[in-house]
Formats: sequence, C-alpha cells, structure tokens
Amino acid sequence: MTASRLGLRTFALGYLTLLLFVPVLLVFYKAFEDGFLNAWETVTSPEGLNAFYLTLIMVGVAVPINTVFGVACAIVLVRQRFRGKALLNSAIDLPFAISPVVVGLALIFVYGPRDGWVGPWLAEQGVRIIFTPVGMVIATMFVSLPFVVREVVPVLREIGDEQEQAARTLGANARQTFFRITLPAIRWGVTYGVVLASARALGEFGAVAVVSGKISGVTETMPLLVAKEYETFNVAGAYAAALVLALLALAILLAMNLVKRREEGV
Amino acid sequence: MSISVVDVTKRFGDFTALDGVSLEVPDGSLTALLGPSGSGKSTLLRVIAGLEQPQGGRVLMNGRDVTDVPVQERGVGFCFQHYAAFKHQTVHGNVAFGLKIRKRPKAEIEARVAELLALVQLEGFADRYPSQLSGGQRQRMALARALAVEPEVLLLDEPFGALDATVRKQLRQWLRRLHEEVHVTTIFVTHDQEEAMDVAEQIVVMNHAEIEQAGTPRELYDQPANEFVMGFVGEVNRIGDELVRPHDIEILLEPDGRAQEGQIERVAHLGFEVRVDLVLDDGRTLAVQTTSSDAEQRELEAGQIVYLRPDRARRFAASA
Repeated sequence: MTASRLGLRTFALGYLTLLLFVPVLLVFYKAFEDGFLNAWETVTSPEGLNAFYLTLIMVGVAVPINTVFGVACAIVLVRQRFRGKALLNSAIDLPFAISPVVVGLALIFVYGPRDGWVGPWLAEQGVRIIFTPVGMVIATMFVSLPFVVREVVPVLREIGDEQEQAARTLGANARQTFFRITLPAIRWGVTYGVVLASARALGEFGAVAVVSGKISGVTETMPLLVAKEYETFNVAGAYAAALVLALLALAILLAMNLVKRREEGV
Repeated sequence: MSISVVDVTKRFGDFTALDGVSLEVPDGSLTALLGPSGSGKSTLLRVIAGLEQPQGGRVLMNGRDVTDVPVQERGVGFCFQHYAAFKHQTVHGNVAFGLKIRKRPKAEIEARVAELLALVQLEGFADRYPSQLSGGQRQRMALARALAVEPEVLLLDEPFGALDATVRKQLRQWLRRLHEEVHVTTIFVTHDQEEAMDVAEQIVVMNHAEIEQAGTPRELYDQPANEFVMGFVGEVNRIGDELVRPHDIEILLEPDGRAQEGQIERVAHLGFEVRVDLVLDDGRTLAVQTTSSDAEQRELEAGQIVYLRPDRARRFAASA
C-alpha cells in the first residue's frame, strides 16, 4: 500500500473516531457510570416510558405519512411538467434550510390558540394543536419531509419511464404499473429515505421543543427528556435516555440492513 | 388486424413530429417505417400504440376508431429500442407479466411462458435476470413478453438498433421467420435501409414529419417517387441534374459518342461486388458498381482512363 493511500485512510478513520465513535462510546460509558440501576430507573420511570412511547408515535406517524407524500411528490417532480415545478422543487428543501426553532415558532404563528392564524378558530371547535402531541407530530413531519423525496427523485430519474410504458402496453393500469414496476424499482431509494427520515424524527429537538410546552409526562419526547435530565443535574439519567435513543436509531439501521441482506441473498 | 392512420398530426412544443400523416397497413403484413433520425417514424409508431396522443387525426384498427382508447386497452405488443426489461424481475417474470395482469390461471401462464421461451430460443434462461442476458437475448425476451398477451399488432421501435452487426442480421432473419409463424400484423421502425429491404413486405419512407413514399422494397428501389427516396433506399450518383444508381453506369474502355471520360481513382474489392471510384474531367466524383469477374476481365485499375455511359438515369421535378 502506498503512503498516500494509508494517509487518506488514517485521516478518514481518525476523523470518524474523534467526531463520532468517541462521543457515542462515552454515552454508553457515562450511562452506566453511576451503576446500571440508576440508569434503568430513569428510563423505566413513568416519565421515561411516556417519552419513549411518544417518540415512537412521532416516528410512527410522521414517517409513514412523509413516505407516501414523498413518493407521490417525487413522481410528480420527475414525471410531470407543469408551471411552478421549480418552485415546488425548492419548497421541498425548505425544512433543510430553516432552523428547527424557527419551524416551531412558525407553527405557533399558525396554530397558536390565542393569536395564531387558524388556532383560535380550532380552539373554539375544541381542537388544540400547540402544546399537544398533535402539534409535535406536525413539527416532526415538517422537519423530516424532504428525505424520502430527495432519495427517490434521482432513482426515478435514472430508471426512466420506459419500463412503465412497457407495463402499460402489456395491459397494466396506473395502479398496477405503480405497485408492480415503479415501486419495486425505487424501493432502495424509499428505504434510505425512510431510514433518514426516521433518524431525523427520532432525534428532533428544536421544533418539537417549541410546540410541545415540555409538559413532563405528557408532551416530552426522548430528546426533550435527555435535555431536561441534563439540565436538572441527573447526568446519568440523561445519558441513559440518550442511550435508549441511540439504540432506537441503531435498530432502524439494523432493520434496513437485514431487509437488504435478505433481498440480496435471493 | 389492419391499421389505418388518417391525417395524424403530432407536435412537441414547437417541433412538428408528424404533419398530417396517413397510412394503410394491411392485416397480417410486415411493414417497416424507414427514415433518418428525427423524421417522425418512432412518433408514428408510438401514436399507433397509444403511447402518444396526436393533436389531430385518427387511428383506426380493423375500421374501429381507437384514437381515444388508452394504451393498455389497445391490444398491441410493443418492443422498445432499449428493451425496457423489468430489471427486478426474472425472464419468467417479464414474460408472464401481461398474463398475470390478466389474471390467467397459473397453469396456463406456465405453459404459455414455456412455449414463448422456446419460440424465442431462451429455454433454460427463465430464472435469469435481464442484467445476466446479452443484448440480443434481452431483445428476444422483450419480444416474448410482448407476444405473451397475443397482441393483434406487434410494434417494434428500432428493434435491433443497439446490437452489433452479426447479431442484428441473425435477429433480422429470425423476425422474418417469426412473422411467418405467428402472422401478427407487424410494424417496425428502422433507419437502416438494408434492414428494411431485407425484412419488410411494405416499406414506408419518412422524412421531415411526412411520408415520402410507401410501397414494396422493389417499387421503392426501382420507382422512387422523389430524390429523397431514391437517395435513401440505395446509393446514387448525381450527373448534372440526373440521378443514377452505381450499378446502372457502364464502364467502357473506348470512347463512345456521348459517354463521359473519367479516371479511375480506386478499385475496391468487396467480395462478389467491386466498387470503382472515378473522377470526371470536370472534377466531380462518381461511384460505379460492377462484379469482380468483370473488373478482373477488363483489368480495371487506378489511374486508368475510361468512358462512362449511364443507364436508367432519373430526373425529378422540384427536389424533395
């Protein structure tokens, strides 16, 4: 091996070690520093369990909705020509560009029960968005919106529409063509998009924090719990919650790899 | 199934791909749409298939107006230039696709797929994926897939365009034989005049969004309607305002009344045929075809002065 290749590899590994491996490993270490029991108590307390379930709900609602929207939106962007397409294309990237805190504030402007845009009217109907899990789901959907679209668009472009045309000539209608030809062809784009969107939905802090009101045991997700435990000097509890969050993310990655491996094994 | 195209116009933005095109394709025939790229031949094929919607004109099949019938209900088999193989499905899956859409019984599907794979000589390839096939095999798979649903019309867009010369010639012969066996009305698009002449019963020559001439290969070659057709279906020499085929020029060794003088530049031996390149005294160049035995007998060679007598030269009115 040449020195330059060795150097490049050392640089890549060193960079990852300092930036990624060391901090993540420290979370594991710190979580159990004060003993396993303490960590376990924080995670299994009513607050901890509630945060855990609420986080799963965030992912479970926001990601499927964004997946359906993302695939539909990608098809529109790639396969159709219309006025305002460039605008739609840029709008999809907005959640990447806007700070999550601003997203949260924007949602309060719209849904705030006292001086929001539609909030007061909704409040009269008995519907509350801000400071409830509903608002948090909307915030999570907002920040995780672009991932599936952005992963699927290049794949759709690459496969072209000849296979779809061929399916049509063979008698398939639009729905059959989508489920039998298009979806299998873009499945990896969709999968990566789902993984990225899930990771973002799991970890979202800023936008969710603003609209949640941080009501302990009611509108507190895992990331919010981590922050609260840390601020109230329960460092071990914070690390324990962080660890659960990290394990959830790992589970998603693992699930994707299992699906992929099974597929390639065929 | 007979096909009639009546006064069809298709535009893409400012570009006119078909300009009032009308065409009759008899039932059971094998027709070639021949023309240079951009002449509208692929667009015409796609309009017949229903993959493109024309802005004007009608398409009739067996006398029935199908202009507004969507592609999946037209009962046409279509082969794409780049095969459009379903990459995530096996050869079996590809060929069975149309039958599964039609919810045919499993046993029937199996029997039909086996029969078709035999027809296109792909037995034993059922479990392969398209990426594991050669170009020619992929094209045959695409043909089997299109034939599986027993279309009444088979449409092929540059079917052999992406294949190398040897495979091309094999598939050409094979398509002819297939057509004799299956006898489905077939239209294929090509820009290769030799391919069109070799395979088709009827050739439709297209240029600039219009049909220049339709007829048998013989008719097009011997009685071209205009300069474009004459130039497109075979080689031509221009002498003054006349056009003449290279094999319709006689080479004389001695001067003769109205024969033109020329000097041989090169004698190319192409097997049975010999092509003689000449320069006339006014500097224009000319190609003459003759047989190798003739060239040998008369010892034609570069540098020699000869005399040329054109036969069956044609003059067309306003150029096409």
